[in-house]
Amino acid sequence: MITYEFLQNYWWLLISLLGAILVFMLFVQGGQSMIASAKNPSVRSMMINSLGRKWELTFTSLVVFGGAFFASFPLFYSTSFGGAYWLWMFILFTFIVQAISYKYRNKEGNVYGMRTYDIFLSINGYIAPILLGVAVGMMFFGAEFTVNKTNILNVEAATISQWGPLHGLEAIFNFRNLVLGFTVLFLARVLASLYFINNIDDKEVYASQKKTLLANSVVFVVFFLLFAFFLLTSSGVEVSADGQMKWVEYKYLSNLLSMWWVLVIFLVGVLLVLGGIAATLFIADYKKGIWFSGFGAALVVLCLFFIAGYNNTAYYPSLLNVENSLTIHNSSSSEFTLSAMSIVSLLIPFVLAYIVYAWWSLDRTKITAKEMAETADSDKY
Amino acid sequence: MEELINVVDWSRAQFALTAIYHWLFVPLTLGLGIIVAIMETIYWKSRDEKWLATTKFWMLLFGINFAIGVATGIILEFEFGTNWSNYSWFVGDIFGAPLAIEGILAFFMESTFIAVMFFGWKKVSPKFHLASTWLTAIGASISALWILVANAWMQHPVGMEFNPETMRNEMVDFWAIVTSPMAVYKFFHTVFSGWALAGVFVVGISGWMLLKKRNVEHSFRSLKVGAAVGFAGILITILTGDGSAITVARHQPMKLAALEGLYDGNHGQDLVAVGILNADKVPGDNIEPYHFEISIPYGLSVLATHDPNAFVPGINDLIEGRSFTPDGTPVNTVSYAERIARGKQAQQTLKLFNEAREAGNQATADSLRMVLKNDFQYFGYGFFDKPEDIVPNVPLTFYSFRVMVVIGGLLFVFLLAALVFAYKRHLLEGKSWEKWFYRLAILCIPLVYLCSVSGWVVAEVGRQPWTIQDLMPNHVAISDINAGYVQTTFFIFAVIFTTLLIADICIMRKQISKKSKENLDSAKL
Repeated sequence: MITYEFLQNYWWLLISLLGAILVFMLFVQGGQSMIASAKNPSVRSMMINSLGRKWELTFTSLVVFGGAFFASFPLFYSTSFGGAYWLWMFILFTFIVQAISYKYRNKEGNVYGMRTYDIFLSINGYIAPILLGVAVGMMFFGAEFTVNKTNILNVEAATISQWGPLHGLEAIFNFRNLVLGFTVLFLARVLASLYFINNIDDKEVYASQKKTLLANSVVFVVFFLLFAFFLLTSSGVEVSADGQMKWVEYKYLSNLLSMWWVLVIFLVGVLLVLGGIAATLFIADYKKGIWFSGFGAALVVLCLFFIAGYNNTAYYPSLLNVENSLTIHNSSSSEFTLSAMSIVSLLIPFVLAYIVYAWWSLDRTKITAKEMAETADSDKY
Repeated sequence: MEELINVVDWSRAQFALTAIYHWLFVPLTLGLGIIVAIMETIYWKSRDEKWLATTKFWMLLFGINFAIGVATGIILEFEFGTNWSNYSWFVGDIFGAPLAIEGILAFFMESTFIAVMFFGWKKVSPKFHLASTWLTAIGASISALWILVANAWMQHPVGMEFNPETMRNEMVDFWAIVTSPMAVYKFFHTVFSGWALAGVFVVGISGWMLLKKRNVEHSFRSLKVGAAVGFAGILITILTGDGSAITVARHQPMKLAALEGLYDGNHGQDLVAVGILNADKVPGDNIEPYHFEISIPYGLSVLATHDPNAFVPGINDLIEGRSFTPDGTPVNTVSYAERIARGKQAQQTLKLFNEAREAGNQATADSLRMVLKNDFQYFGYGFFDKPEDIVPNVPLTFYSFRVMVVIGGLLFVFLLAALVFAYKRHLLEGKSWEKWFYRLAILCIPLVYLCSVSGWVVAEVGRQPWTIQDLMPNHVAISDINAGYVQTTFFIFAVIFTTLLIADICIMRKQISKKSKENLDSAKL
C-alpha cells in the first residue's frame, strides 16, 4: 500500500541518494583544488582534461539535488535558501566561475588569461565542498530560523520563513559545520587522487598522486573522526507521535543504534572508503580504489541523510523555535505531487545506466601525455 | 514598507538580470544543437570529411556558448529559493515538480552526452557519437519543455487547488499543467524561436566568411542547414505566436491591453502597427493614449479572437469590469475594486479558518473552508489597495512587443531569402546585392537577439505585478532579507555575468576568425 508517509520516506531516500551521488562526484572539486600543485603543464593538462569530462555531471548532480529538494520538500527550499542567503550565494558564485573555466581556459581570446580560469577552478575546488558541507551541517546542528505560515496574510511582513540577521554567515562560522565542510573537502581530495590514478595513465601522475593521497587521507580521517564525535554526541530534535518536537540528547547516536541496518551500511561504507585508500597505497599498481572508496563514501552520506531524516527526527532543527523544525512530514509536497514525481523517478535507473555506459565508453582509453600533446587546443580543455 | 519595496525591486532586478543573461545563450544552444546534429548526420551518412569539418566548426561554437548558459542557468533555479522564498512554499508543490523532472530527464542527458559529443570522436563508434550529439540537442529541448511548463503555469495557473490547512496551493492535475494551451504554445513558440536565432547566427557568421571570401564552400554548406533550420524556426514561431496571442487574450487580458497600449476597448478593435505612447497617460484619465499611431483596422480583434467584430477590453475596461460578447451583450465581469475587496475577504476568511482550527472548532473551520473556496480566485488581489497598482508597465510592454514583431517579420523575409540563396547560389554569387546580403546577415545577428529578448520582456513585464497570475503578487513572494544584501549580490552578479559575456564574445570572435583562415573542407576525427 503506497501511503503518503511511504511517499515522503521514499522521496527522502531519493534526496539522500542524490546527496550521496553529489558527494561522490565532488572528486571533481577535489581535483580542481590540486591543479595549482601540478608539477608541469603536461601533468596539469592531463588533470584538467580528466576532470573536464566529468565536471558537468557534478554540476548537474547539484542542480538536480536542488530541484528535487524543491519539488519534494518545498518548505526546506523556501526556508534554507531564502534564509541562509549568503551561504547559498557563495556556493553559487563558485559554481558560476567553474562552469565557464574548463571551456574558456585554453581558448585564444579568453581575455583574462589561462591563469585566471585556473584560479576560478581552484576557488570552486576549495570553497564549494566546504560550503556544501556547512549547508549539510545545519541539518544536524541546527539553523537560526522560524516558520509561521500565517505570516503570508500580513502584507507588511509576509515571509513565512524568517532567519537570523546574519543570513547564513553564522552557519559558515559555526565550528561544527566547518568541521563537516573540511571533512567533505578532504574526502573530495582523496577521491580526486584515486580518480586521477584510475583515469590518467602516467607514471609521474601515479607517483605524485599516491603521495598526495596519503597526506589527504590522514587529514580526512582526522576531520571525519572529529565530525563523527560531534555528530554522535550532539542533540537532535525528536518528533513525538502527536507531532510535538523536542531536543533529545545523543539523538543521532540513538538513531544509528535503533536503525541497525543503517549502522551496518555506515560501517561498510567507512570500511570501503578506507579499504580503497589502503589498497591504492599499499598494493603496487592498484588503480581501482576510486570505485571502492567512492561507493563507500556514497554509502556513508546515504546513512548520514537517513539518520538526519528518519526515525522521527527533524532533519532541519530550528535553533530559534524547536517547534518550527522541519521534518520530512511537515515540509513535504502533497501526496499527489509526490505520487506524480514518483512515477517519473522510475526512470532514474535508466538515467544511471546511460551515465555509466557513457562514462565507461569515454574512460576505456585512459588519458595520457601523448594524447594531450596530439590533441588540438580546440578539442581539449 | 519602503524597505519592503526596495527588497522587491532589487530581487526583481536580480532575477531579470539573470534571466536576460541566461536567455542570451539558451536559444543558441537550442537551435545550434539541432543544426550541429543535422550536420553530423549528413557526415555520418556521406562520410564526407567536408561535413565533418563543418560539424566540428559549429560544435566548437556550440560548446563555448553552452558553458555560459549552464553557468547562468543554475542561478535561476536557486534564486527561486534565495530571493522568492514565500513563492517557493506557496506554489512549490506545483512549480518544483517540473524543475525536478527537468533535472532528472534533461540535465543528466545533456551533461552525459555532451562529454561524449566533444571527447568521444576517437573513443566511441560513429553511430554512438551521432546519437550523443542528437541526445544533447534533444536534452536541451526537454529541459526547455519543463521550465516552460513551469513558466506557463505562473502565467496561467491550472491543475491546482488551495489547501487552507497547509496554506499553499497543491497540484491536483499534472496533465492539466503539462498540456495547458499556455504551456503548449509557450514551448513551441520559445523553442522554435531558438531555432530561428541559431539559424540567423549561422547565416550571419557564414555571411561574414563569404564577405571575406574565406571557406566559401564551408560557408554555403553552413548556409544550407542554418537557413533551413532558421526558416522552419521562424515560421513555427510566427504560427505559434498567433496561438499565444489568443491564450493571452483569454487568460491575461491585462497583458494584451498593455502590449497594445489600449485603455478603452471596442468591438472590431484596431491594432496599432506603429505608434508613440503618451507617457503622461494613466488609467482612468481622459488623455489620448498615443501621440501618433498608424493602425490596422480590426487587427487586434482578429489577433485576440480570430473574430474581426469581437470586443477587446482595454485597461480601463478591465479595471471597471466592462466586457461584451461579440454580439454586444455585456458580460458580467468583476471590477478590480471588487476583486480587491473579495481578495481581502478571502484573506480574512483564511485567518478565521486558522483560528477556528487552532481552537479545535472543526464545524466552523469546515464552513469557512467552503466560503474561502468561493473567493479564493481573487485571493491575490487582496494584497493590493487600489486597482491602478495592478497595471503593468505599459510603455515597456508596448514597445517590446513592436520590436519583437517588426524584427520577427524582417527575419522571416531574411531567412526565406537566405534559404533560396543557399540552394540557388547563382541568384546570389556575382550579383550586385551579394555583398549587401552578407552585410545584412551580419546585422541580423544583434537584431535576432534583440527580438528574442524583447519577446521575454513582453511575456514577463506584461504580467506584472504578479509572480503568479491573480494569486501572488511580487511583494508577497519574496524572502525576508535586507535590501542591501540583494543590492550587493545584484552588482556581484552583474559584474560576473558581464565579465563572462565579454570573455564569451571575445573567444567566439577569435575562434571564428582563426578557424575561418584554416581549411574547413577537410578534417580528421
